[in-house]
Amino acid sequence: MRGSRHRAGRPNVLRHMTRRQRRDLWLGLAFVSPWLIGFVVFTVYPVLASLYFSFTDYNVVSAPRWIGTRNYTDLIRDPLFGKTLYNTLYLAAIGIPFSLGLSLVIAMLLNNKVRLQGLFRTVYFLPSVVPAVAAALLWRWFLNPDYGPVNEFLWQLGINGPGWLADPAWSKPALILASLWGVGGSMVIYLAGLQNVPVALYEAADLDGASRWQRFRFVTLPMLSPVILFNLIMGIITSFQAFTNIYIMTGGGPSNSTLVYALYLYQNAFQFFRMGYASAMAWVLLAITAVALVGVFRTSGWVYYEARS
Amino acid sequence: MTRRRSLWSVAIYVVLVAGAVFFLTPFVWMISTSLKTDAQVFAIPPEWVPAPVMWSNYWRLMTEIPFLRYLANTVFVTVTSVAFYVASSAVVAYGFSRIRWPGREVLFYCLLATMVLPPQVTLIPQFVMFQKLGWVGTFLPLIVPALTGSAFAVFLLRQFYSAIPNDISDSARIDGASEWQIFVRIVLPLAKPALATASLFIFIWTWTDFLNPLIYLTDDRLYTLAIGLQQLASTRAAAWPLLMAGSLLMSVPIILLFFFAQKTFIAGVSTAAVKG
Repeated sequence: MRGSRHRAGRPNVLRHMTRRQRRDLWLGLAFVSPWLIGFVVFTVYPVLASLYFSFTDYNVVSAPRWIGTRNYTDLIRDPLFGKTLYNTLYLAAIGIPFSLGLSLVIAMLLNNKVRLQGLFRTVYFLPSVVPAVAAALLWRWFLNPDYGPVNEFLWQLGINGPGWLADPAWSKPALILASLWGVGGSMVIYLAGLQNVPVALYEAADLDGASRWQRFRFVTLPMLSPVILFNLIMGIITSFQAFTNIYIMTGGGPSNSTLVYALYLYQNAFQFFRMGYASAMAWVLLAITAVALVGVFRTSGWVYYEARS
Repeated sequence: MTRRRSLWSVAIYVVLVAGAVFFLTPFVWMISTSLKTDAQVFAIPPEWVPAPVMWSNYWRLMTEIPFLRYLANTVFVTVTSVAFYVASSAVVAYGFSRIRWPGREVLFYCLLATMVLPPQVTLIPQFVMFQKLGWVGTFLPLIVPALTGSAFAVFLLRQFYSAIPNDISDSARIDGASEWQIFVRIVLPLAKPALATASLFIFIWTWTDFLNPLIYLTDDRLYTLAIGLQQLASTRAAAWPLLMAGSLLMSVPIILLFFFAQKTFIAGVSTAAVKG
C-alpha cells in the first residue's frame, strides 16, 4: 500500500506524515536544536562517560584503565566515605526539618495583615540572595568563638559559648545555624502558596466554629502540602549537593567533622586526581538521591492535590 | 474577642521583630567589620561601632588585591552567560511550545530530568572534555555551555509561551509569516516579563557561582569575585575588614537588583514552585 507520492528511502515514521506535519517536525527540531546539541554533548555523553570512568583507574594524564567494580568496593572500605555519608545525612536530617519549619512559621506570620509587611518580607528574604561565598565568609567571622558577636552575646547571658566551626562537636550545628539565615527562598514559595488558598475555605471553617489551630491543621496545611513537598524535594537535592558554603566555612574540618559528600568527591577528583573513584562516588550520589526522592514520592500520601477543573 | 485578637497581633509583631533582628544582625556585623581597623577587629569584647571609621579599607581592597579585575571578569562572565542563556532558551522554548511535533513531549521530559540530575555526575567528563579542548584556564567552559540553554529558563518561558493564544500565530501564518518571524515579532515581545525573570535568576546564579570558576579558572588574572575572595580568605586569613568589604561589594549588585525587580523576583520564585 505504498503511496506513489512518497519517495522511496524515507524513514517509516516520516512516510505516514503529511507535508505540514513533516515541516513542523523539522521546524520543531530546528528550534530546540541548541538544547538538543547541549543535551547530547553536556549531559548524555558525560553521563555515559562518567559511568565508564567509575569502573576505571583514571588520573586524566594517562588513559583510563579498566578495574571492574574495584572503585565501588574500595568505597565501602573507605572510612572517609562512610564519614562523609554520615555528615551529609546528619546535615540533611536535622537541617531540612528546621529550615522547612522555620520558613513556614515566618511565612504564616507574614501572611497576617501586619504593619510594615513589605519591609519584614524584604528583611527575611534578603539573606537568601547574598552570594554563598560572601555569606560563608560572614558566618565564619560572625561565629568566631573569640572575636564574634554570637559568643559575646552568650557570654552576656552567662553562657560560655562553644567553639562553633572550630569544634568538631559543634561544627555541624553551626553550619545548620548559618544555613537557616537563607530560609527566605522557601519562605517566599510558602507565601505564594498561602496566597493561593481560597478565602472561602477559611470562611467555611469559621462558620463551623474552627479554632485557630484547626484552621491551620485542616485548611492551611492540606492546601499547602504540594508546596511543602516541593520545598522538601529542593531541600533534599540541595543538601545532598552542599559544597560552596562548607568549602569556605570549614574546608571539611575540624577532624573531618564537616567533610560532606560533594566536598570529598571534589577533593578526589580535583585534588587527588582520582577521577575514576570520584565518578563512582557521583553514581552512588545519583543512586542515593534517586532512592530518597522515590521514597518521598512513595510516602507522599499526605499531599493533597486539588482536583483540577 | 477583640482583646484576644489584638493580643495575638502584638505577639506576632514581637516574634517578627525578634526574627528580623536575627536576620539583620549579620549584615550589620559585615558592614561594621568592613570599616574597622585591623586591630579593632580583634577587640575583646567585640565592638559594634568602628572607631575610627576606615573608609580607606575599600580603597585598600582595590589596590592591595586586583579587586577591580575580579569585578570586571565577573561582569564579563555574567553578562555573556545571561545573554547566551536567555537567547538560546527563548528559541528552544518556542520549539517546545508553539510547534507540535512527534517526540516533543519525550524530549521535554528529558529536559526536566536534567534539572534533578546531580551536577557531580557530569562534572568530571565535562572537565576532561574541556581539558582536551585546551579550554581549562579560560572563560570558555563557563560561557560556551550557556549557548545550549538553561533547563529552568526553557521551562519558565515555555509556560509563558503556552499561555499566548494560538489564533495570533495562525493569522500571522495566513499572512505568510515564517515561524521565525512569528517568534521574533509576535511571541518574543509578548514574553518580556518571562525573559526578565529568566535573566534575573541566571544573573544571580552566574554572579554567585563558585564551583565552576573554581574548577576551570586556574589563572589569577581570570578569577571572578567568588574565587578572588576565597583566595584572599585563604592567603590572608586575618584580613577581616578587607574580606567583609569584599563580601559586601560582591553582594551589593544582587541586593540592588532585588530592590529594583522585587516583583519579577517573587513572581519567578513562585511560578517555579506553585505552577511547576
